[in-house]
Amino acid sequence: MTSFHLAQMNTARLRAPLEDPSMIEFAEGVAVMNALADRSPGFVWRLADETGDGTIAAPADPSRIFTLSVWETPEHLRAYAYQSQHLEYLRRRRDWFLPNGHQAALVLWWLPAGQLPTLRQGISRLGRLQAAGPAPDAFTFREMFPAPELAHRD
Amino acid sequence: MTEDLRDLDALASLTDQVRRRAYAVVADGTGPVGRDEVAEALGIGRTLAAFHLDKLVAAGLLEVSYARRSGKTGPGAGRPAKLYQVGAAEHAVSVPPRAYLGAAELLAEAIEQAGVEEALYKVAQRHGRRLRKDATVALTEQGYSPAAAGPDRIELRNCPFHRLAEQFPPLICGMNLAMITGLLGDSDGDWTARMDPAPGRCCVTLSKNQSD
Repeated sequence: MTSFHLAQMNTARLRAPLEDPSMIEFAEGVAVMNALADRSPGFVWRLADETGDGTIAAPADPSRIFTLSVWETPEHLRAYAYQSQHLEYLRRRRDWFLPNGHQAALVLWWLPAGQLPTLRQGISRLGRLQAAGPAPDAFTFREMFPAPELAHRD
Repeated sequence: MTEDLRDLDALASLTDQVRRRAYAVVADGTGPVGRDEVAEALGIGRTLAAFHLDKLVAAGLLEVSYARRSGKTGPGAGRPAKLYQVGAAEHAVSVPPRAYLGAAELLAEAIEQAGVEEALYKVAQRHGRRLRKDATVALTEQGYSPAAAGPDRIELRNCPFHRLAEQFPPLICGMNLAMITGLLGDSDGDWTARMDPAPGRCCVTLSKNQSD
């Protein structure tokens, strides 16, 4: 058992409101992908609204959506994100999301097992990644940092 | 990178023809392969087969695992057999130095930032169309190592773009899907490619079109 879990936050800007016909497949896929995440090995927690929907819109900009989740290890998140049905949705993301440009869209960080992240925390980590590049407290899959405990032991 | 003598040593171990064929037998296997299968495939003795296989392990080209092949467990099941499979490490030597992977990483990142994935998929599909011929032959030539998984399904045991795909999964797996779709032809083809990811193989699989 590790004493640190991996937190993940993603953000995207929708091309059209979720009710738009062009967004139907995405809107329908959200529930399918949430259900898949919930039963995936290593899944710990995800932010969900009162309907169980894990795709949270920002109050100031309804086209800006976030997902926030916690996983036991990066391998578990990787397996869900890239080695499941979820990959097909990622492949098609430009059908539904505007390009990110230079903006970071995904941030990962370690948090003590049992703690839950907040949206505010995730947005702040995303900002740190954006401003200073990958670091131990805000990183990406392409540039991972080890969990704090492991770093001390080595 | 040309100074990486470990890579050169690994590849140099394949200059022996018998050893190269032994490597090919393991690489073509659908799972870990024992020395007996390699000996039989090459028509050589088991001791000689084991010698070459262990040289390939020492060179870092193969990895070893142990498993009981009879399916029996407990006392009387016998010793676990030593099995060989292709190692995860990649080896390349370039003279003069070339770093196409580095260029591909920059291009992939730029495509993601600009959000022009669709342009890559179109190019890949057109490229696949130019390669069109018998599906298995074409996929083999492109390095996908196609293998039948039942009568109606083909899995691709190798991803030719593995390291890039690990870093940019949606983009590169999408490129694979587009290229293979182009290669297979239109609706009149025998096979349909789809995204069907799993560890240890290409994320695209082929399923037979129903003919009725």
